[in-house]
Order: sequence, then structure tokens, then C-alpha cells
Amino acid sequence: MPTLKDALISALGEDLKEYTLQRPSDVSAFIVPRMSFRAAAKVMLAQGARLAAEWATDDAAFKKGFSVHAAYNLDGEFLIVSAEMPEGGPSFPSITKKYLAAYRFERQIWSLFGILPEGHPDMRPWIKHEDWPADIYPLRKSFDGKTYIPKAAGTYVWVRAEGEGVYEIPVGPVHAGIIEPGHFRFQAVGEDIINMEARLGYTHKGIEKRFEQMDWASAARLAGRVSGDTSVGHATAYAEAVESASGTIVGLRAQYLRAILLERERMANHLGDIGAICNDAAFTFMLYQMSILREKMLRTNAALFGHRLTFDCVMPGGVSSDITREGKETIKAELSGIEAEFDKLVRIYEDNPSLEDRVYSTGILTPPDAKAFGVVGFVARASGVANDARILRPTDAYRKVPPIPPLLTSGDVHARAWVRIVEVRDSIRIIRMMLDEMPEGELSVEFTPPAPGACGFSAVEGWRGEIIYWVQAGPQGEINRCMVRDPSSVNWIAIEQAIKGNIVPDFPLCNKSFNQSYSGNDL
Amino acid sequence: MIRILHQIFKTGIVTEPLSPSDESKVIVAGSRLEEEILKRFRKSLTIRLVDAGSCNACELEIHAVNNPYYNAERFGVHFTASPRFADMLLVTGPVSRNMEAALKRTYDAMPSPKLVAAVGECAYNGGIFRDSYAVRNSVSEVIPVDAFIMGCPPAPADILNGILTAVRRQRP
Ligand code: SF4
Repeated sequence: MPTLKDALISALGEDLKEYTLQRPSDVSAFIVPRMSFRAAAKVMLAQGARLAAEWATDDAAFKKGFSVHAAYNLDGEFLIVSAEMPEGGPSFPSITKKYLAAYRFERQIWSLFGILPEGHPDMRPWIKHEDWPADIYPLRKSFDGKTYIPKAAGTYVWVRAEGEGVYEIPVGPVHAGIIEPGHFRFQAVGEDIINMEARLGYTHKGIEKRFEQMDWASAARLAGRVSGDTSVGHATAYAEAVESASGTIVGLRAQYLRAILLERERMANHLGDIGAICNDAAFTFMLYQMSILREKMLRTNAALFGHRLTFDCVMPGGVSSDITREGKETIKAELSGIEAEFDKLVRIYEDNPSLEDRVYSTGILTPPDAKAFGVVGFVARASGVANDARILRPTDAYRKVPPIPPLLTSGDVHARAWVRIVEVRDSIRIIRMMLDEMPEGELSVEFTPPAPGACGFSAVEGWRGEIIYWVQAGPQGEINRCMVRDPSSVNWIAIEQAIKGNIVPDFPLCNKSFNQSYSGNDL
Repeated sequence: MIRILHQIFKTGIVTEPLSPSDESKVIVAGSRLEEEILKRFRKSLTIRLVDAGSCNACELEIHAVNNPYYNAERFGVHFTASPRFADMLLVTGPVSRNMEAALKRTYDAMPSPKLVAAVGECAYNGGIFRDSYAVRNSVSEVIPVDAFIMGCPPAPADILNGILTAVRRQRP
């Protein structure tokens, strides 16, 4: 029962044109007149839909101008609304006032495509820093993706809170620890943070443009390097989108193997981060203990899959490595060892008063805020929003072995850590069951590139949350566009909300409990 | 508390001896006097990391260098928050356009002799991002590099060996 589709048809009826080349078949796409783009958002909002992604395309290859696209989600249904724009002076009605999540999507569309979101409240460039020439739009087809962009002069205007006793603390882009770069501005009164603004884009590598220079098969390697801590997640999301566009059906064994790799990636990251969160709460013991468990997993990965972080294991059509009978035993033994140690460590986490003091009621993201920002992943599940792509859009493997994700509502550092603790245990359960139930079969099927104009879509639950890819084949069947939406692109802004009212020294702890990707956001 | 102590006691020491890396994993660049470096850094090497647009996997493996298995501290290798105390800069990533200035600034803020090790394929030649409009293709395009540590990402043992090689290396 496609609620969103029905609502859109009954509201906009005659004005709609269905885009028939969108795949998979349960994702529908409609083209609305440019001026109805916001009206469509209003209809979606009234249905309680979430804005999952918003992006643009340069349609020059199809001898057209530009388009803007918005993907909405309600329960298991995804629906894409697009609007076409002329080549000269393209603009569309902004939907930021309807959907907060559109705020940065649209700044990015403006910065990288030069398409104006009319009525957007903040037109400062995003990702494109102030030293870029203002009239360079790298995602336009007319821009040659291999030209290094020259430096220009310019300044970035920060949001300012003024008043007596308000002072400002700039942090970054180079941080104290071994982490990715980003810049944060805090406005504080005494120790209390009254406002925080993040400015990202430091790791922007032109990834979306780079996709357009590659072929479908080899671009899987690029997807696996969008955010290196989520290599399997991104490669799987890319592969699923491409497979949907080309109508490739991946075998069940390959699906199981992908799911096992996804769950292992989830576990390894959760283990590392649980330790790191405790470390930021001055409990170093946990960092070292958890890093031992993580290292054990990475060594098993190297032995079984040829790479510690399981890079390049997933490609369109299937997977590149199998798990043998002995491999299964190795993984099972590894999991039992980790499970026993993990249980002991969780007990220590639970009855450590000094930890309790730091992690409870720190950095709260309230359930209404979580919903308003459309956050995903463990951040959502710690703030009462039950969003999990493994359940909303399960592959056959996850249909056979459904995950049991936790749901907490306190939205604090503890909730985010606890969701991840429960997920480690659930991943252990899922991997064990999948190892037992995995059928025999091909690792990969032959993959035929998508037909000209075909579009594919995927939503995959990486360890941070839902990853979305949307791909479009050009007139020759080449990659015309590959849109990447890392969970971080929606979750980052929620940190700014959660940090207000906390004290400055708690920022590292809060930030760690979110641990969003810079590279996946900056692309 | 008892549980913590018990866990620590039971875990014991997991640190392993560091076996040498394959020669192809570490590329020594430029030439400097070994004695000078040894004299300066005897028993302690302070490192500052700059992520110049990596995908974050290189960072994960640099983290692993500090885990109990590789235990970088036993070689006197530790990470610092300020470039002003840093003997060595570890740089990851293809040098994104938006990190170029910050990388240069960090390098300038370091005291001499400013050792630099570039970690990962991206830092060597841009890796998969090579020739993109938003990257410089190599750390050596922006600052002088003493050693390149290869891999995507390099394994922790290779990173540790690379760091030690950059310090101890012979004249070519
Ligand atoms: S070398 Fe590989 S792992 Fe390191 S930053 Fe580049 S893509 Fe990521």
C-alpha cells in the first residue's frame, strides 16, 4: 500500500509525470512542475514522511537543463520527486522551511551546481570554501573534473551569538587526536555552550565527480573509499543501486556474505568506539580492552578476506571472497571469544560510577529533534526513532535472519553507547545464524551495465546508519551521476543541537558518541 | 574495581615483537643525516597527525598502532596535540584542496628538522582520487616528505616500521 504515492497522486494529479526508468520497481519517481516542488514536499510532510536525500543532476547529456530530486521515506516506501529546470539561471523553490534536513542538502546543491534554492534562509557556501572562485560549479558537466581549482580571496561568515560574557572558541580544522578534520565554533558563557556551528568540507575530494569518470565495475573501489570505516556499507549500497538500475539479481549466498561482512563491520566499529567513548570519559582501561577485541576481528578479516578492513570485497554482481567450512569455524571461535570478553567488559561499564556520571544526561538529542532532523542509524535509535534499513528494505538474507535493533529514548551519550552495545550482541547472533543458514551458490553473477537513462536506488544500513545511493546511466550507458548520501550528511547537524547547554569540556565526549564521518559527509 | 583488576591481570601483555616490513612497503625519500636525527630523538619521538583528506581508514590503522598488540609507546613513539612539540608529522590523504593551507600551517609551526612521513597510497600519489579537481595528488606536492608508507591503508606494523625507518634510515 504505497501511501506516499497515493497522496502525491491525489494532491497533484494532472501535474505529475511518472519517471518510468527509475528502479527498483518499488521505488517510484515522479516529475513535478518546477514550481510544485515545494507543494510536493508539503504533501509528503503531511503524510509524516522523512526527507531522506535531496540532490541535483546536470542533464546536459540528455540535451536538457538541470533537475532537482528529493527522496522521501515512510515506513518501507521510498518515493522520489523531481523537478526540471532550464539551463540558464536554474532555480527551484527551497523546501528547507518544510524539512530541516534540506538545509545543508540545498546549500550543497547551490555550492556545487550553482542551482539556486529560492527562499533558502542561508546561502553561505557549503563544502566549497571561501577560497574557491565563486562561479566554479564542479558538478556541472561543463566543468572538467580534472582541473585543480585555483585559489581566490574570500571570508566565511559565522553565525554569531552576541551579548555580555559570550565568548567564542574556534577549534580545528586540525584536531588534537587521530581524527578527521573539521572546524567547530563554540559560543559559550562561562563553561556553558550556547551555540555551536560546525563547518565541514575539509576532506572534500570531488568523489561524486570522480564517479562520473569511472566505469560501473571499477567504481565499486571508489565507493569502498568514500568513508573508509564503512567500506563494506558503501560498496554494498553502491552495488545494490547499480544492480537495481541494471536489473541484476544477486544470488542468495552472495547476499548472505554481504550481510555477514556488514555485521562484522558494524561490530568492529562499535567495539572501537565504545572503547573510545569510555576513554573520553577518562576510563582508559576500556579503550585498550575494546581495541584488543577489535584487533582480533581485523586479523580474522585479513586471514579470511585478505584485508583487515574488508576493502574491495563487494562489487556489482556479488562478492569477491567466500567463507569456507574452516572459515566458518574460525569466525565462530572468534565470536565466542569476543562475546565472553565483551560481556565482562559491559558489566564493568555498567557498574562504574565515574563513567555513569559522565555519560548519563550528557549531549541529549531529544526524540522530537531527532525526528525533525531526520537522523538515522544508532543516533536515531538512541533518540526514539526506529529507523533501520535492514528492516525497512530488507534483502532476502535479512528477511531470513531479521535483526532485532534496540530502541532507547533518552538520547544521551549513554543511550548512543548502549544502543551500540546491544547491536554488537545482535550482530554476533545474526552472523552465527547466517553462517549456519547460508545456502550454497554463486559468489557473483554476470553484471550487465544499466541501460541509457536507467536510474537505480538503494538504502543500506551501514554501522552508522542508512546509506543511500542513487545512480543514473547516461545516453551511452555510462555513469552520468552517482549521488552518495552518507548517514553523516543528516546526522552532523543533530550534534549542534545536542551540544547546546552542555559544558565545553564535554564536547569531545558528545562528539565521540555520535562519531559521524567527515569524509562521507564532505565527499 | 576488583573486576577491572582481574580483567587487566587476565589480559596480561599481548604486545608482539615487531617484525620487519616488506621493503616495498616503505619508500624513503630525500636524504638527511642519520646521526642528527638519532641524537635529537633518542628514546622519544613525538608525532602530530594531519588528516589531509583521507577516507579515515588510514586513521583507523594509525590508531591500531597504539593498541596493545603494536604498542607504539614501547619505541618511545607517542602522539601529541600540538605541532610545536612535534618531531614528526604523519600525513594521510591525497591533500584535499580544503586542507592544503592547514597542512602547510601545521608544517610551518613545527620545530626543525620537521620529519614527515606520508601514510597510504593517497598520500603517495593521490590513490583512487588522483587528478580530481579537489586534491593535490601527493603530500610531496605541498611539503617535503621523508618517507612514504604504502598500502590502502597500510597495516599497523608497516606504519610503525615506516615511522622508525624515517627516523633511523641510512643515507640512500
Ligand atoms: S590510502 Fe586508502 S585507506 Fe588511506 S586514505 Fe587513501 S583510500 Fe583511504
